[in-house]
Parts: sequence; C-alpha cells; structure tokens
Amino acid sequence: MTQNEDIELFASGHRACAGCGEGTAVRQILKVAGPNTIATICTGCLEVVSTGYPETAWEIPLIHAAFENSASVASGVEVALKELGRKEGVNVLAFGGDGGTFDIGLQALSGMLERGHDITYICLDNEAYMNTGIQRCSSTPYGASTTTSPSGKYSIGESKQKKPIAAICAAHGIPYTATANIAYINDLKKKVKKAIETEGPSFLHVFAPCPTGWRHGSDDTIEIGRLAVQTGVFVLWEAVDGDICNLKVTVMPKKRKPVEEYLKRQKRFAHLTEEDIAKIQQEVDEKCDRYGLPKRE
Amino acid sequence: MGEQKSMTIKGNMATAMGAKLCRPNVVPAYPITPSTLFPEKMSEFIADGELDASMINVESEHSAMSACIGASATGARVVTASASQGVALMHEMLFIASGMRLPIVMAVGNRALSAPINIWCDHQDTIASRDSGCLQFYAENNQEGLDLMINAFRIGEDERVLLPVIVGIDAFVLTHTIEGVKVPAQEDVDDFLPPYKPKHGTLDHRDPATFGSFAPPEYYQEFKFEQTKAMEDSRDVIDEIFADYANRFGRDYKKVSTYACEDADVILLTMGSMTGTAREAVKKMREEGKKVGLAKLTVYRPFPMPELKDILSSAKGVAVIERNISPGSTGAVYAELAGTFVNEKKRPLLKNFITGLGGRDTLVDTFEEIYDKTIEVIENGEVKVLVEWIAMNEEVMR
Repeated sequence: MTQNEDIELFASGHRACAGCGEGTAVRQILKVAGPNTIATICTGCLEVVSTGYPETAWEIPLIHAAFENSASVASGVEVALKELGRKEGVNVLAFGGDGGTFDIGLQALSGMLERGHDITYICLDNEAYMNTGIQRCSSTPYGASTTTSPSGKYSIGESKQKKPIAAICAAHGIPYTATANIAYINDLKKKVKKAIETEGPSFLHVFAPCPTGWRHGSDDTIEIGRLAVQTGVFVLWEAVDGDICNLKVTVMPKKRKPVEEYLKRQKRFAHLTEEDIAKIQQEVDEKCDRYGLPKRE
Repeated sequence: MGEQKSMTIKGNMATAMGAKLCRPNVVPAYPITPSTLFPEKMSEFIADGELDASMINVESEHSAMSACIGASATGARVVTASASQGVALMHEMLFIASGMRLPIVMAVGNRALSAPINIWCDHQDTIASRDSGCLQFYAENNQEGLDLMINAFRIGEDERVLLPVIVGIDAFVLTHTIEGVKVPAQEDVDDFLPPYKPKHGTLDHRDPATFGSFAPPEYYQEFKFEQTKAMEDSRDVIDEIFADYANRFGRDYKKVSTYACEDADVILLTMGSMTGTAREAVKKMREEGKKVGLAKLTVYRPFPMPELKDILSSAKGVAVIERNISPGSTGAVYAELAGTFVNEKKRPLLKNFITGLGGRDTLVDTFEEIYDKTIEVIENGEVKVLVEWIAMNEEVMR
C-alpha cells in the first residue's frame, strides 16, 4: 500500500494488553504516515503502554502533555513547524482515546478543527475509560456494563446512546472525516492516507476493540471489530468538506447480521435480556436505514 | 548601543513591546481582562509586518498553554499572556510546561480570583501557581514590565535554567495605566538575547525523541530533583543576567530592591505596584524622623532567601504586605519569609498585613497605619496577631 509497509515505527515490546485494538491501529497508521511524522498523544492507555521511561515504543517524534489537549498541543507543533520553515513534507498526527476525544478533549479538538490546522486527528475508540479501569464515557454504547454504569437490578448498564463524534467533527466543515475499524485494515489505511494528504484538519474515528474492557477473548479482537461492521453497529464512512448529508459508506455489508451476534461475544453485554437486545436491534436498524445499509438477515 | 526610544504606553503595551523585541515565533493566546491588550498588540504587530510570528487564537487558556508547550517543544520561542481565571484554568499545564523544561514566557495582568468575580488587582492568580515550577517576577511599573519580559526570555532559555517565566504586572494599576517607558533598540536586544537554540533537541523527525514520558516511581523523583535544581541554579543566572542588562541598558534589577533600609527599625516588604505608594509613605515618614525602610520583592520564584536575610535581619520588625491570602494560613510571602528566618538567631519580628485585594486601593495612609502597627509589635516584643487585614470597609462588615 505504501513504501513504508516494512518499516515499524511503533516498536514491539510495548505494554499493551494481548489483543489490544489500539496497538494494532497505531502500528498500521504509522506505516501509512511514515517516518516524516510528528505525533501528539493524550494521557491514557496509549501513553502508559508506549512511553514508560526510559523506554519508548515510538520511532517518530512524540509528545504527550496531558489528557484533554492532544489537539491543542498539536496546534502548537503545527504552527511552530510552519513558522520555523520545517512543515513541508512533515505530517502532524494527534492521537486521542475516546475519553480524550469525546469527553474531556472535545473543546480542544473543536478549537483545532475550527482553526483549520493541517493536522490529522485520530480517535482510538474503545468505548470507555479503559486505562482507569473501564468507566463509562460518552463513547460507551447503550447497554454496556462498565464500572461506573454497572448492570444491576435497577440498571441496564450504560443508559445513554453513544455520542456521534465523527458527525460532530464533520459538522465543523473540515475537509475530511472518516470512521474506520482495525478489522478493515485496508479501508483504515486508505483513509489515513487521504486524511494525511488532505490540506487542513481531518478527523478519523477508529473503532478499536478492547479485550480487557469488553471482556472478550484476546484472539477475538479482529472478529469483534468485523462483527461491529457486519451488524451495522459501527458504520464505515467518509465525508468530504463536512458534507455529512452526502457521506459515502466505504464498506457495505452484503447482508446485515443480527446485533445479537456482536453482543453475545462480549461479556459487557452478557446481562442483556431478549427485550434489551430487541431494543438495540431496532435502534441499529433505524440507523442503518439512514446510512442506506442493507436490511438485516 | 542604539538610542532607547521614549514612549508613553500602557503596561500591557510595555509587556507586548518587550515580547516583540525578543522576536517570538509563536503566540498562542486567549483574551481575558485585564491582559487582553497583549494579544491584541501582538496581533497588530504581526498584521503590520512588525513581527514575523504566528498567533494561535485558541479557544481557552488551557489550550493556550498547551499550544505553547507544543510549539516550544518544536523549537519555537513562545510567549503568551493571561490573568486570573485564565491562569487558574491553565494551572495544570504550567506544571507540565515546567516539568518538560520549556522556557515559555507569560505576561500576567495580576488579577483577583473568583468568587465573587472581580477584575481588579491582586496577586492571588500567580501566587496560586507558585508551586508549578515557573519563575515569577513582579513589576512595580511599566518600565519594569518591559525590561522583565526581555530578561525573562534570556533567563528562562539559559541552559542552566530551561524553565517557564511569568512576569506579573498589576491589573489596571499597570496594565491600563499610561506611563513613560524607555524602549531599547531592536539591535541591542538582539545582541542581548541570542536566538533560541534548545539544548536537548526538539520534535524533529530527523532526530526522533519522546517528550512527556510516563515516569514510574524509579524515575519520577529524579526528574523533580533536576527541575528543582534548575530553579535553584536560576538564582545565580538571574543575578548575572540582571547585571548584564544593567550594563547594557542602564536599569539595574535586583531580586530584592531596597529603599532607606540601612538604619531602619521597621522595613515594609512589598511586591508589585503598591511599592511606589509605599516608597512615598516611607519618604514622608522619614521626614517625620521615623526609622522606616522599604524592600521590594521583584523575584518571587525562586524565593530570594539569602537576599531577604541580608536585607531584613538588622531590622527590629518587618511588615509583610501582601495582595494574596491562603485561607487557613497566612499570605504566601509571610510563610516563606518566616521559614527563611526560622533557624536564624538574629531575626526581626514578622507581621503579616493583607490588603489591596480585588483592587482595594493601597494609600500612603495604609502604609503609615501598617508602620504604626509594626512599631506596636516591636514595643510589645511579640506578634499577638500574625495576620492583620488592613483598609477594611467597616460599613460592609457590619
């Protein structure tokens, strides 16, 4: 796909859990971005597993400052590179987890997008605060049991719908927005390439299953990611110039599998009743209709 | 040496002129009263081609300091300005800027913290970030604001220091007050302040490095030791660079400046713009035969313990006059000064006066009252009330 295919810029030996979707995502994204790249990251799993002093998994320049500001630190990097005459041919990537993007970093992200920096922002979404021990986030889907939205006699688990972060970012009118998934690596890499090649801000929402938090087998990560797309739980699309009315679905499942196949593989959904699953199915069906996905099997 | 141009300008303009002369590359900033004129002026300098730099009009002070960190780590010379709630909002990032050893310079229009909301002068905003690892300078007037900005870049960027520097100018009393200021010539500032060349590399793909690592217990304490050592080492660097500045530009800065202290029984210790009024009060009281002197704290971080010991130990009583309070304790300077003298045999009685909060005027009368109360302490031989609030409005208290 690129000339950097054999280059490893995210070194092995980092401390991510077995089967971590985030690790796979970063490794593949950096293969596309290549060595002429500077990255910023949020506090969170990625920072903890990859930057433990005196080691680092990063073969490119990396800066971590705090939790909520990957986008604003990257803004400083990008403007400084331009001002010092060093931006030409250099990519600036800003990574954030879902907590650092959907919740605490949303303001900084919005500011960066609005100001039009030439930055590719990549949200690695594992649908809860995993680094602190699986607390709910505005990225957590309805029905998922987390440590701060536990299922119980009077609780279904998470009671709110997942925030539509990519649409919110696209609504800023940025040149390129896409959703991606580590189970569809070629689609992901194409989108990374497009995002980087696009002048101005771009946003990638990357679905990255977490065996520890979702409580599935560490060898099931890719399978779970694939099921999310095949069931229509997570739709892969891209939009140009923020035109979400004309977004393009890039991976169209031929037939849509029932959501139960996705849910039943993860213990975070183990408590859901048939009625609960039916409710989730109905919501997914309605969403898929809006995206023009095929009817369910 | 080029001629120093005389200008009549506001304090914010003075810090902006000082910053401009230092040729910053990136200016991330967010408007807040009373420092807004700083980003406005920097924007104008850039718009008019007087300064080759980029503004980043960020969406918050937290992002302002975050962008400062990103830009500084990339190798740019970076300056910003803030005040009050803005300094509070970026509190987290000040520790990180210092921990990452980035010599960012920030002009602060020192303003009270909410609640109740108040836009006027006190020092609570920067005092609240005293432990962040930023050097802190406080200006008495607009000239000092300009000069201290130029010194701030040179000191912060010195290889022995590599820490952020905050230059405080009092809200409205300085930020919005027009005063005569001598502005050094650009070529002389260029000569005084070489271009910023980071000692430890930058974010550069040709030499990749990880900045802002996760440091486990085996390493964290050593990082903090090194950062603290840099602050300690800055003591000599400050003296050296202030002396160099005095040689070149004729204005002599000291961590602690004195007026009529030699034979003084009572010394008033002040910070910021109230010093000017205190000096007038001391002059008046000297004419009346009172043995009173004045010490002004220009450098609050690093806290100038040796200098304060030298200057104050011969007095019988010291009035520590502060525009900040740590509820449940004393003013910040008082506590640290008490610590400075705790092991000394020869030490003055120390009394803390809190006044001038939220823009309350500090008048000549105020300092006379403070002198009288300090004399009382000396006569009694003990400090019965450690912290006394001065210039209270009794009507409001009723």
